[in-house]
Amino acid sequence: MKTDIMKLVESKNLKKVIPHFEVGDSVNVHCKIVEGDKERVQVFSGTVIARRGSGISETFTVRRIVAGEGVERVFQLHSPGIVDVKATRSGKTRRAKLYYLRQKTGKAVKLAQKYSEHAAEKTAATKA
Amino acid sequence: MAMLLGKKVGMTQVYNQAGKLLPVTVIQAGPCPVLQVKSKETDGYNAVQMGFDDIKKSRAIQSAEGHAKKANTAAKRFIREMRLAESEQTQYKPGDAITVSVFAENNFVDVVGVSKGKGFQGCMKRHKFAGMPNSHGTERKHRSPGSIAGYGTDRGHGGDIKKGKRMAGHMGHARITSKNHMVVSVDAENNLLVVKGSVPGPQGSFVVVRSARMG
Repeated sequence: MKTDIMKLVESKNLKKVIPHFEVGDSVNVHCKIVEGDKERVQVFSGTVIARRGSGISETFTVRRIVAGEGVERVFQLHSPGIVDVKATRSGKTRRAKLYYLRQKTGKAVKLAQKYSEHAAEKTAATKA
Repeated sequence: MAMLLGKKVGMTQVYNQAGKLLPVTVIQAGPCPVLQVKSKETDGYNAVQMGFDDIKKSRAIQSAEGHAKKANTAAKRFIREMRLAESEQTQYKPGDAITVSVFAENNFVDVVGVSKGKGFQGCMKRHKFAGMPNSHGTERKHRSPGSIAGYGTDRGHGGDIKKGKRMAGHMGHARITSKNHMVVSVDAENNLLVVKGSVPGPQGSFVVVRSARMG
């Protein structure tokens, strides 16, 4: 149980708008990178294989294959370093955690596309 | 030197300006009314006594109530003193409230609290002993401390085990000073102090926050 005081302290760091994406979605994560005094945005794209935690400590894991090697990055959802998360395609999943993808290679890694209501909404939103 | 009394609320995480996630403890601290100012002439030393957390009037004993009345406040559950230098004596009068504004961001503080009680614990948990092997013929003494004394020790010490020999026993519920916590933020409006790292004691326990004695 979180007290009101804890919520108050956390609320200062919580993002007001959280981009909508789900486990199984293909996403582009826009992260801020600071080089010296310069700042730029780098995009990491892959499949969301897990979301865990709640509130300020919520994280999500994105997996992609780079040059035949699996790469996973864990992002903090509320981090100011994460500028945006854009879902490009939603995948059909029957689990909350897609850790089984680590054992798969090649074509097997691809999830079947999901054409649910929210997925349609999203594609419409990204096109608009 | 600044000191404040408070209550541990709990732990969470916050982002600093660089966007790095820090583990922090939230402390509900003050305002602490000054109950008494002690001076060398009357008490033998210079100090300021402050209190925190009101006791309900029906539950307070009269002596505590009377003591607090001099500072025009209610009886307090948690009372501690801060030693003062002679010159600081005039800064405080009974009834003044000490608030979180005595600390600022990026200050370093020590936090004193009473650690969580662990009950009677073995030497492995209590003193980080290595224990005995799990196999190779070890029987019934996998978590035992091993030998606690030998003939040589006995001879020099009148047949006694050396004083202070680390053994199993009661662990926790001891006064612990956790040093050099960075103050991440100060919320004067809500009397909150957010310090980096973990602080001794369970949630809701009383703590003393004071300026760090560096080094």
